[in-house]
Amino acid sequence: MLPTTDSHPRAAHDFLQDPERSAWHDETLWMVRTKRDRMASRVPEWELLRETASQIKEHTLSQLSGYLEEFADRAEANGITVHWARDGEEHNRIVLGILQRHGAKRLVKSKSMLTEECHLNPCLAEHGIEVIDTDLGERIVQLEKGAPSHIVMPAIHLKRSEVGELFHRTMGTPEGLDDAQALTEVARQDLRKRYFAADAALTGINFAVAETGGFVVCTNEGNADMGAHLAPVHIACMGLEKIIPRQEHLGVFLRLLARSATGQPITSFSSHFLKPRRGQEMHVVIVDNGRSRQLARPDFRKSLACIRCAACFNTCPVYRRSGGFSYSYFIAGPIGSILAPNIDRKQHASLPFASTLCGSCSAVCPVKIDIHTQLLKWRQEIVAEGHTGWMKRLAMRAAAFVFRHPRVFRMAGWWARKFLPLANRIHLDPWTKTRDLPPPPKESFQEWYRRRGK
Amino acid sequence: MFIGLFVPCYIDQLYPRVARASWELLTGLGHTVESPEGQTCCGQPLANSGHAAQGEPCVTGFSRLFGRYDAVVGPSGSCVLHLKEHLEQRGDPLSHRIHELCEFLHDIARVERLEATFPHRVGLHQSCHGLRGLGLGRPSECQIPAFSKPARLLGMVRGLELVPLDRADECCGFGGTFSVQEGDVSAAMGNDRLADHERHGAEFITSADMSCLMHLGGLASRAGSTVKVLHIAEILAGNAL
Repeated sequence: MLPTTDSHPRAAHDFLQDPERSAWHDETLWMVRTKRDRMASRVPEWELLRETASQIKEHTLSQLSGYLEEFADRAEANGITVHWARDGEEHNRIVLGILQRHGAKRLVKSKSMLTEECHLNPCLAEHGIEVIDTDLGERIVQLEKGAPSHIVMPAIHLKRSEVGELFHRTMGTPEGLDDAQALTEVARQDLRKRYFAADAALTGINFAVAETGGFVVCTNEGNADMGAHLAPVHIACMGLEKIIPRQEHLGVFLRLLARSATGQPITSFSSHFLKPRRGQEMHVVIVDNGRSRQLARPDFRKSLACIRCAACFNTCPVYRRSGGFSYSYFIAGPIGSILAPNIDRKQHASLPFASTLCGSCSAVCPVKIDIHTQLLKWRQEIVAEGHTGWMKRLAMRAAAFVFRHPRVFRMAGWWARKFLPLANRIHLDPWTKTRDLPPPPKESFQEWYRRRGK
Repeated sequence: MFIGLFVPCYIDQLYPRVARASWELLTGLGHTVESPEGQTCCGQPLANSGHAAQGEPCVTGFSRLFGRYDAVVGPSGSCVLHLKEHLEQRGDPLSHRIHELCEFLHDIARVERLEATFPHRVGLHQSCHGLRGLGLGRPSECQIPAFSKPARLLGMVRGLELVPLDRADECCGFGGTFSVQEGDVSAAMGNDRLADHERHGAEFITSADMSCLMHLGGLASRAGSTVKVLHIAEILAGNAL
């Protein structure tokens, strides 16, 4: 993670040094995008569904505090203990407190990007609590001692053979074993033991329903259920934007989520949790961590409508060719690039610029977040706060001067055309490093147009 | 119709033939066409780099130069989109009278026939701002009936064969200042697009945006590829090559 203004282009440069690997990364994620297209095309009312989801989210965000309180009241009435965390640190303190009260030493955790955001794992490890990630992709990343490069497919940066090597090293599988099913089976058997030994389970929350006080967790592996149903304590953590008003709204979001994310009609498991089973304790931790600040920015509040499907990652031609680790924020891709500046504009200054503004992200987004427009708006804020290099600022000021003065523009153009063949020979500017400029025409259009008029 | 021909700065300086083809197309339809003196840049490079305020005088200057025409037509989806959005933000009625060339030919002039012949295999590059911004066609993400205004116009050219592509509307990676700030990703994206067109036997790549073609053509030229780029106006005007 490079806290500089050119951290993304530099990391992308490194990623592209292995053309075979970067082409594979691009192809793999493009395949997911085409699966999404196929699935979406089979729903005749797809665009209506997106519009409905967008409106439900906008409405919810406009009355968020009311819905949060409604959810908390109902959840408490159902026997769930609700906690409120201002930031990541408070979230970790709450989770740690619950675990310590139960003397828990082993925690199984299904996928939760929020705990990644709050750096929960290292915090618990410091206090002697073992955390086992049970989502296969996250488990791979955990064994690798790495970080997720994609929010839905955390280990998408690794090839099957590399997972085979990792399992050989960490779980003693035969050398050279790279059969996906066999490797999955090994991970599954290993995890199974850990579910039974767990003192507590932690899950994320995809949708929290204000009307019922219940919540829904979507997985493809059933790992959230295994954890939550076996352990005596279930802790579920959510960002405060995960709320939806009514149970009937679930139908809209569940139809959109998996189709957009992986091109499946629905996730294998959509588990509804309403209240603790007898003898179990259930906790919900609701986290702000900068979300209310984003909510107060009219230009950027819609980013809180995100349901974390990562369709914008898969469609983004820049993400596919630069990889998740080229982004300085733990959520990569276009959505990460509009969420990150809310946290730290200096550190993530390069992210809103890591886009051609092609608009594919906004067009694919199931809740219609205007992602590329927000990228453009963040660019203005980042420049206004002075987080870009002086060379660029100077160049832009010079360009603005030329554009304001047509006569200077004509002269500059004339000189530029004279220098163009030289630029094509010496390749010193960033354009001609990789591509030629066209052969210069003898006269500009305006010159021709004037001559013609005479 | 009294039409103002908007000639984007880089087309004026580097591709005057594109502006001339547009001029011929519009006058050929019987319109009175003028290209007012004093045009520079629409200001998009400034805005997209985070310097929108410095780009505002460009929009003001544009509005002053073009306010008197019945319609303004420009052979660049990207510049037209930028101006349209910024004029709209100011409540300038010119925002409703500015059109990208294909959009004008298809929707306003309602062209049904063209006197053009181009017996070649052509790949259509759908520039993002034209496609997703101006709605020149159906973006592949959207589940709406398929259509493409540029493709329909190209269909009126005798002998022209449009080649299918594996990725019909993926971005070429130009992106204005992105092309230099993120040079590596930009080149990788462009080379992938180029390969798609080559794989399907395109002799020419055409588009409603010359900036994408400047990028793709520059990469093709550097790679020694035989694929050439031509703006759609050059093909539709019947004077390409």
